[in-house]
Amino acid sequence: MSDWHTSTLTQLAAGLRARKFSSVELVRAFLDRIDASQAALNAFISVTREQALSQAAAADRALAAGAGGALTGVPIAHKDIFCTQGVRTTCGSHMLDNFVSPYDATVVAKLRGAGAVMLGKTNMDEFAMGSSSETSFYGPVRNPWNPQLVPGGSSGGSAAAVAARLVPAATATDTGGSIRQPAALCGITGIKPTYGRVSRFGMIAFASSLDQGGVLTASAADAALMLREMAGFDANDSTSVDTPVPDYVAALEQPLAGLKVGLLREFFDQGLDAHNEQRVREALKLYQQLGARLTEVSLPNLPLSVPVYYVVAPAECSSNLARFDGVRFGYRCENPRDLTDLYRRSRGEGFGAEVKRRIMTGTYVLSAGYYDAYYLKAQRVRQLINADFTRAFGSVDVLMGPTTPTPAFAIGAKTSDPITMYLNDIYTIGANLAGLPAVSIPCGFVQELPVGLQIVGPHFSEARVLNAAHAFQRATDWHTRVPPGYA
Amino acid sequence: MSAWETVIGLEIHAQLATRSKIFSGSATAYGAPPNAQANLVDLGYPGVLPVLNAAAVRMAVKLGLAINARIAAHSVFARKNYFYPDLPKGYQISQYELPIVAGGALDIVLDDGQVKRIGITRAHLEEDAGKSLHEGLPGVTGIDLNRAGTPLVEIVSEPQLRSAKEAVAYMKKVHTLVRYLEICDGNMQEGSFRCDANVSVRPLGAHKLGTRAEIKNLNSFRFVERAINYEVTRQIDILESGRSVVQETRLYDPDRGETRAMRSKEEANDYRYFPDPDLLPVVLDEALIASVRATLPELPDQKAARFTRDYSLSAYDAGVLTASRELADYYEEVVRELPQEPKLAANWVMGEFAAALNKENLEVGSGKLPPARLAGLLKRICDQTISGKIAKEVFETMWSGGASADALIDAQGLRQITDTAAIERVIDEVMTRNPAQLAEYRAGKDKLFGFFVGQVMKATGGKANPAQLNELLRRKLGG
Repeated sequence: MSDWHTSTLTQLAAGLRARKFSSVELVRAFLDRIDASQAALNAFISVTREQALSQAAAADRALAAGAGGALTGVPIAHKDIFCTQGVRTTCGSHMLDNFVSPYDATVVAKLRGAGAVMLGKTNMDEFAMGSSSETSFYGPVRNPWNPQLVPGGSSGGSAAAVAARLVPAATATDTGGSIRQPAALCGITGIKPTYGRVSRFGMIAFASSLDQGGVLTASAADAALMLREMAGFDANDSTSVDTPVPDYVAALEQPLAGLKVGLLREFFDQGLDAHNEQRVREALKLYQQLGARLTEVSLPNLPLSVPVYYVVAPAECSSNLARFDGVRFGYRCENPRDLTDLYRRSRGEGFGAEVKRRIMTGTYVLSAGYYDAYYLKAQRVRQLINADFTRAFGSVDVLMGPTTPTPAFAIGAKTSDPITMYLNDIYTIGANLAGLPAVSIPCGFVQELPVGLQIVGPHFSEARVLNAAHAFQRATDWHTRVPPGYA
Repeated sequence: MSAWETVIGLEIHAQLATRSKIFSGSATAYGAPPNAQANLVDLGYPGVLPVLNAAAVRMAVKLGLAINARIAAHSVFARKNYFYPDLPKGYQISQYELPIVAGGALDIVLDDGQVKRIGITRAHLEEDAGKSLHEGLPGVTGIDLNRAGTPLVEIVSEPQLRSAKEAVAYMKKVHTLVRYLEICDGNMQEGSFRCDANVSVRPLGAHKLGTRAEIKNLNSFRFVERAINYEVTRQIDILESGRSVVQETRLYDPDRGETRAMRSKEEANDYRYFPDPDLLPVVLDEALIASVRATLPELPDQKAARFTRDYSLSAYDAGVLTASRELADYYEEVVRELPQEPKLAANWVMGEFAAALNKENLEVGSGKLPPARLAGLLKRICDQTISGKIAKEVFETMWSGGASADALIDAQGLRQITDTAAIERVIDEVMTRNPAQLAEYRAGKDKLFGFFVGQVMKATGGKANPAQLNELLRRKLGG
């Protein structure tokens, strides 16, 4: 079969269960696509061919015995921020170039438990700090729609891999938009669940109060299937929430009629590219036709989300990344003279520029004399943004707007100006600050580049958000478009 | 010298007696090979997360209740950020702005018998660091992370202690308390109980505090006393010579008996405390607090008060006997067998028994000489079977063997002679054998009475009832 790569994850899982094809065949086909694309896209940091083939063989035996789980034999990839036992886990950093994790992240263990076969670890911005996947120690990831452009970030490797159909699904993480923004720029579906819905155990921390694991797929239905297997309480993560995981797949087909959609006034600002806005407004019109009721809502504090984020996230990262000190694991400088030299050079040589910038910013905002003015004030504004969302969800079911201000931009275009780069996440950060579930789905093209529509829901409304996304995808085919050259 | 007043506050670190660490499932037992009790969480591996040990929380609550403090309904773990090789994450998880326990007090007894109340500002939960090893590792430093993540409660006193003696009395009081509560084994050699002392001096009568020095990591009562005394003298010398005390952290060197500067205020770390986003706030409801309250034992002060009341002991005796729960329990078991003689029991428990333990460096709970056996010996004093002096000899034999007092008394024929005729017979013999002394005595040399007592005791193997002997001898010698 030659159309495996254009099949959805859901179709592949069903095909495997029906034994129309074997996992080994499927995995080999996708591994070949990964190898063929690597020079052009650089989507992967590690490809685990042998392990994948042996897992696929085991999956085939399980399927033959009628013992398969929901994802048995289905190939996937993990963002290289998730620890994978016995497999190098770099987080896109020189610091962890030699780090082979001795344990599996909870997400990795759960997906393996569901039968998924890991093909490799995807490229990403170093320590997930970036919006373009250009800060990776392993070189930039390229956008399959146009290799001169970025795929977005930080989960750019996962996004490019799914967009180019190198895998049907890939895990990802989202601290300020790192799932949704690359989903938008690569024309695929990405969900960042409610904070606490997916375990953070084994997910290398960037900003602990914002980080949330999720998934990138070709469709909302595939995302529902993946998330159902990834989500759930984990005793190893004190911030994971102990509420039952609904069957997101079963909830997909609920009718949309009467859905109250809030249009986020603050998202349709002067920074929004006019063509992007047009695609988003067309999508909203389609929702109306599908039975949704649209009202405009305002979240007056939301425009403060970027400055709040760039205090809170660096503060947490400055502390989270202190453990990379050259003592127990990871990069250690050559011939340290003494302890201070060991610290200075291991960290100085092991971390890239953007990571250092954020560590320094974070160290500064937490320093004595500045804490109140920056960190504490940012936390207060964060509460106000939370309250804005809570108020809005008193009158609407979901909020909709653009995922990004513009389509994908050129590699190198924003690297010299961090503020411009940071503004790329202006529409996505709010959901992280408030811990809300949000998806991005493709809603059209501007000059042959995909545009994303963002749907944000109240806490633990993943089923509703995915249902809304799925209804749109039943009425459109944007999510089935594959970049030329990868079809 | 008397123109200066010493001001001391103590920060006591008590290691909580949980089986596992405060944020990981690793064991906390002392003495394992380096890093045998350090899992990925303790090692601060990428991606790992802390999970709070509920037992540690209950122990902190127990302490708070015992010192009449407020138990916070909502307390928060914070990160204290600094780089050190024995601190794997680059931060210590502690509590900063919102500790679990605040505003308690403990009473100490001063030398003159006065009771002084010492305020306890706060007590908070935190994790211990690991340790650096240098011995036997030339040219490199080893890191042992077995201790990393061990739960500690840091108990911070108000600066209300006015001398090294008061500081030691307070520290001993806390030491007694945490062992009563069974939240800390109190083992100071193993570092389970240690303190930092903040010491300053000011002109007597002044209200403003002087500049303080913090003496780190004192792990014996003797060191606390010596370090503070040294530091007070040092600061007074500085001030009297017209210079100023520098705010700094100092280390006590027990070999040289002095404190030395470790780092000044300027060199001090900016710890950049902020709430740990990996841990939820600790929320305690009334039901949990009540369930901990139900586990509180009789506290040392309550027990001492009861001992003075029920056993008519002096405050001093009651204080000594209740200094450890085990000793108090031992004493009460002896008294249970000997309800008429609580003072005799107290004297023996504090005297022979405590001395014997001390000599062999044993704990009360070692099982050596169970209370019923000691009571068995004391009963034979009470019923005059043996004298107190013989009893001490029997005690020593009992200490090193397993026999009961009665068996030993019978086997060695130690039973006291109370038969008047028998004692008289011996007296007659002694008088016959010592005619010269008898004559001298009768000539008025009263001092020789003691000689005759000694001779009779020697002849009876010390078994003659002393009171009877005195009376009979006086009559006989008098002629």
